[in-house]
Amino acid sequence: MSAPVLELSGVTREHRQGDLVVHALRGADLTVAPGELVAVMGASGSGKSTLLHIAGGLDTPTAGQVLVEGQELTRLSAAALAAVRRRSVGYVFQDLNLIPALTAVENVSLPRELDGVRGRQARAEARAALDEVGIGELADRFPDEMSGGQQQRVAIARALVGERRLLLADEPTGALDSTTGEEVLRLLRARCAAGAAGVLVTHEARHAAWADRVLFLRDGVVVDTSGPVTGAESLLPAGGGA
Amino acid sequence: MSIRHGLLALLERGPSHGYQLRAQFDSATGATWPLNVGQVYTTLDRLERDGLVAQDGAPDGSPDGEGRIAYRITDAGRAEVRTWFGSPVGSRAAPRDELAIKLALAVTTPGVDVLAVVQTQRSATMSTLQELTRLKVREAADDLAWSLVLDSLVFRAEAEIRWLDHCEARVARAAARRPTVPPAAATPAPEAAPAGKRGRR
Ligand SMILES: Nc1ncnc2c1ncn2[C@@H]1O[C@H](COP(=O)(O)OP(=O)(O)OP(=O)(O)O)[C@@H](O)[C@H]1O
Ligand SMILES: [Mg+2]
Repeated sequence: MSAPVLELSGVTREHRQGDLVVHALRGADLTVAPGELVAVMGASGSGKSTLLHIAGGLDTPTAGQVLVEGQELTRLSAAALAAVRRRSVGYVFQDLNLIPALTAVENVSLPRELDGVRGRQARAEARAALDEVGIGELADRFPDEMSGGQQQRVAIARALVGERRLLLADEPTGALDSTTGEEVLRLLRARCAAGAAGVLVTHEARHAAWADRVLFLRDGVVVDTSGPVTGAESLLPAGGGA
Repeated sequence: MSIRHGLLALLERGPSHGYQLRAQFDSATGATWPLNVGQVYTTLDRLERDGLVAQDGAPDGSPDGEGRIAYRITDAGRAEVRTWFGSPVGSRAAPRDELAIKLALAVTTPGVDVLAVVQTQRSATMSTLQELTRLKVREAADDLAWSLVLDSLVFRAEAEIRWLDHCEARVARAAARRPTVPPAAATPAPEAAPAGKRGRR
């Protein structure tokens, strides 16, 4: 098996508020290889976004290790960490984080331009990514001229653009209808099939089911992991008819 | 699922033998509800008895050269098919009642880790959901009929998981309301009673 893109081991994140300690995440382990898509489920407040933020170097664990493409994130300088975040990680935030003053195509091309890609090429890539998520014709609109689902797809295009090896998506299907949501899952799967590693946070079991593994979090602890059953007979409704 | 109505609907397309019907049924439902040929013939016998199908071909109903009897749908059978398509399917959740009963027993039996019971079921149902999704992506991509049948199983499994999430949240909230569980839980007080009292204020 090829070297993992993401390795979390014993990752704990505590928030201190006076005397009170909130354990957002406790001793989480997770390894994701190229080609794999892992889903994370759990009740609100169970630590899903915390796990994703830490995996993407946007938050620092209180204890434990985080390796992205073999680099231990907590040991990197701020500049090196910023470079990993821009080059290796594609992130779809729970609250989208689109820049209101930029059009869709500018939002998508910005991280590439920041990374030194020339404007013309970055915009061509951005248009291709917007086409991929099915909203190529909206490239020149501003976020407030688009529906929630369309904005969501801009955020997804921004995460897909470039050669990011690690895709982290926090509720990327939230504002999408069921067929569009499924298209997003197909896209994520296709990117993983092409060699990326993906982690997807979702409340929808139907969407989590596209993953190779599903992690269940409860109160910051990984309580279980499920993979697909083998043997199609077990899928049939009891009785088989009549 | 009614085999009777399924076979009638297939015969609406034209006369068929039992073997052909079974194959047609499998391909229409993506082999999600496999039938054995015995079930097909038993059902055809009953349909014939009820006047909804008739033997096709030789007037004396004798088999063809290979010993097979073909059936065709009657006018009464056609009416039955129309009625079937025109009426909703009853929400008879029989196979999953066992789960509801199991959870009801789990919350009232001392010493049972209800959250673990919920999680075990959730992982199992998620595994099923993952496999259904794989089938859909790999095998039913170009087959609209089958992929819709798979979708129906997908949505059903999803509903079960949502219900389990709901159970977990209810159980957690109930536990938070009674932080100290009395050790003598042999006669579990029905949770509704104190809540009801509190509700009256
Ligand atoms: N900055 C913070 N300070 C204190 N507590 C925090 C902070 N950030 C998160 N938490 C707490 O950590 C826990 C995990 O939060 P997290 O955002 O990871 O949950 P989540 O699973 O993503 O929930 P949701 O489904 O609602 O998005 C919660 O109890 C939350 O209140
Ligand atoms: Mg969150």
